[in-house]
Amino acid sequence: MRDFAALYWRLDATTSTNDKLAALRDYFATAPADDAACALHLLSGGKQSRAVSTTLLRQWAAEAAGIPLWMLEECYAQVGDLAETLALVLPPPEADNDDASDVGLADWIRTTIEPLRVADEHGKRQIVHDAWRRLAADERIVWHKLLTGGCRVGVSRTLVARALAEVAGIDPAVMTHRLMGGGIESADDYRRLFDPEPTAADDRKPYPFFLAAPLDTPPEELGDVDDWQAEWKWDGARAQLVRRAGAVSIWTRGEELVNESFPEIVAAAGPLPDGTVLDGELLAVRSGALLGFAALSKRIGRRRVTKKVLAEVPCAFVAYDLLEEHGDDLRGLPLAERRARLDALQLPDFPAAGATLQHSPCIAAASWADLAAARATSRGRGVEGVMLKRLASPYGTGRTRGDWWKWKIEPLEIDAVLLYAQAGHGRRAGLHSDYTLGVWHDGRLVTIAKAYSGLTDAEIVEVDRIVRATTLEKHGPVRICSPTLVFQLAFEGVSRSTRHKSGVAVRFPRIVRWRRDKQPTDAGSLADLVALIESASAPETVG
Amino acid sequence: MADLLELTSEGLYCRQGDFHVDPWRRVPRAVVTHAHADHARPGCDRYLCAARGKLVLRERVGGGAPIDTLRWGESLVINGVRVSLHSAGHVLGAAQVRLEHRGQVWVVSGDYKTQADPTCDPFESVEADVFITESTFGLPIYRWAEPEQVAAAINAWWRENQAAGRTSVILAYALGKAQRITAMVDPSIGPIVAHGAVMKMVRAYRDSGVRLPPIDGVPPRARRVGDGRALVIAPPSVAGGRWLRLFGEVRVAPASGWMTVRGIRRRRGYERGFVLSDHADFPGLLGAIDATRARRVLVTHGASESLARLLRERGLDAAPLATRFTGESPPGDAADDDAEAADDAADDMHAASEEAP
Repeated sequence: MRDFAALYWRLDATTSTNDKLAALRDYFATAPADDAACALHLLSGGKQSRAVSTTLLRQWAAEAAGIPLWMLEECYAQVGDLAETLALVLPPPEADNDDASDVGLADWIRTTIEPLRVADEHGKRQIVHDAWRRLAADERIVWHKLLTGGCRVGVSRTLVARALAEVAGIDPAVMTHRLMGGGIESADDYRRLFDPEPTAADDRKPYPFFLAAPLDTPPEELGDVDDWQAEWKWDGARAQLVRRAGAVSIWTRGEELVNESFPEIVAAAGPLPDGTVLDGELLAVRSGALLGFAALSKRIGRRRVTKKVLAEVPCAFVAYDLLEEHGDDLRGLPLAERRARLDALQLPDFPAAGATLQHSPCIAAASWADLAAARATSRGRGVEGVMLKRLASPYGTGRTRGDWWKWKIEPLEIDAVLLYAQAGHGRRAGLHSDYTLGVWHDGRLVTIAKAYSGLTDAEIVEVDRIVRATTLEKHGPVRICSPTLVFQLAFEGVSRSTRHKSGVAVRFPRIVRWRRDKQPTDAGSLADLVALIESASAPETVG
Repeated sequence: MADLLELTSEGLYCRQGDFHVDPWRRVPRAVVTHAHADHARPGCDRYLCAARGKLVLRERVGGGAPIDTLRWGESLVINGVRVSLHSAGHVLGAAQVRLEHRGQVWVVSGDYKTQADPTCDPFESVEADVFITESTFGLPIYRWAEPEQVAAAINAWWRENQAAGRTSVILAYALGKAQRITAMVDPSIGPIVAHGAVMKMVRAYRDSGVRLPPIDGVPPRARRVGDGRALVIAPPSVAGGRWLRLFGEVRVAPASGWMTVRGIRRRRGYERGFVLSDHADFPGLLGAIDATRARRVLVTHGASESLARLLRERGLDAAPLATRFTGESPPGDAADDDAEAADDAADDMHAASEEAP
């Protein structure tokens, strides 16, 4: 545990990629395989399922610190990180723990976190108190992070893969591939990462995803429209469908294996030739009509999908790239060639009612103007805009700019008034940076959205000061402010909802700019929003 | 019984004695707890402060206004109100103000710390009926390590930087924290260099009889200072500015109580920070309040609402008191911690005009 905590703090104490790489290398070069496997899981953003509720942790920490619970909440509002807050309020450990009392990370997880999951409340309390007694203050934070979810320390998967590749002396690309999809759960799994030969586990793994960058220049600057392939930008979940060694694996971009959530797609992919990897999108779609992302979220992330949900939200995989054919890696081939081979699979073009595997059609356009006209129909089709992919490009890794662009439709916008503000987290701890905004309705301001981003750091500090100065009421970390600030709010869609008092909710709200030139009375109204619902609602059929 | 202090537009006012304590506007007679800018404003007709702090206060308020002094515990009767000063342990000469009138005792803490500091006198507990306390770090997350531990961490960091040929720069308030750090670190490691604003106060400290290790100033028109071995002490306002370029490759770390919170440190862009404060930590505040045996406590600047609520829950008559001693919540402020930093900034402009090449 001490070594892992030391690694955590070493990574935390630097912003230099080289220093981080060195820290990771040093750790993996000496860590026992079982500890390293756990560390790898945590560093890759892997989560432990929650072993104890944060409510109980807060309660016990407040008790141990001899403070009321409300005061712990105020501390949390200032610190912005629960793991850290708990560690800071707890009384210091009684004596310095010597090295002899240290146990490895894997043992810690096995002896504290796993028993916590099954213990009753009394047992949980004992385990937590015992751990607090044994851990030094800076180790407690790390342990709390294990308890409460992730252990994010600002290292990318790429960096972890590089460090491991250097320790193992193998190609970083091979290591990256082996790390895809996680699944390194035991010391043996970890040791296999170092295998110089391909391993059986390699079979199920997806390729690293190639990501598009947002197009921020006029498309004409990309050159001749004929050098580009245009497709709809689907409003679904990016995924790879891997059909190898007699099995099907569906991986999302977050490298989660989601076979259990999409049984009909797993079944439909069975007849594909062995050694096929498709890149595409998971979509909720019934009889050719897109059901939208909200519907898809009823399926994705569900370990067990009931028959009812299966019937309510049928899903399809829409393929737009072929990464592997008959076991051959095609990523180096130009897109035009990969697309020709994808077409040869003869999947039906979207929208194909009743088909679970479909083909994402290309948009025919003779000019950029044609394409712009097609893009203008996006909202009505229930898509987010247009993807542009260079026909001559290989399938890259990560977000390499130049060959793949997402040309999204312009967002909808409304001017809204700041009504509530809440302190942010992490880097924005103690700053009121989470805003609830409202618009006018019947002479009152009603809330429509929570928005977090879009202002510069300097503006956030300024807004924070105004929030504090105009606070009418405090409810824990939330402040109700007198309405003075107007923000231009962008969003992707609007629908009826019971979440906000206004009865509508907007999708992906974010602040575009602070309208210092406007007074609250200049802000938009609920009627303006409702008009947008009516003009922008997705029709029942697309295509 | 009438309150001995009330809040007016000028600051805390004692009507019975007709004087102010730490006024934020010009008044005829100011009793000053200590020389930080949010407590000591220039332009009053007459000042009263602790004898130990006279030179430091003169440096801050300038001019020729008379400064009366009292030794620790010595008292003076002003219009029937007995006034005495008691060490607050915050910076050199920092005082708590005790007021006694018709058997009623009020104590104004000013800023204080209960931790040991070789550059100023220790905090003294004074019993009171009403205690006006600061609460800068009045949340239980703030609990200071022993100064020896902080000193050891600074020394280790300094050595590590030195080995790599990098100058170590600690950002600390020019008055108080800066001098305290010079007295905490191990001067045998290498030269200690101070910014002009710090040097001015180093001189005032030495003239007041405080022993400090050898400290070099930065010569006017210098182009390059040191060879990567030095520990530089400078006010926070130099961060990111031209002045730091004098030292070549540097590592910069603030020394502040706020460095307790990782998010605050990171927001300011520092990889390293030392948790060192001249204010009381949470247990220090509670201990000090308890020791006054006061039944009524007024809580100023910092976590005043929270601390007052906690004290009420513990059976005291406690309420926040809205002074202008600092902004509400320093973590919200990216540029400066509090008025002490504003103070440094003013000094810094001075120093910059003196030292510009």
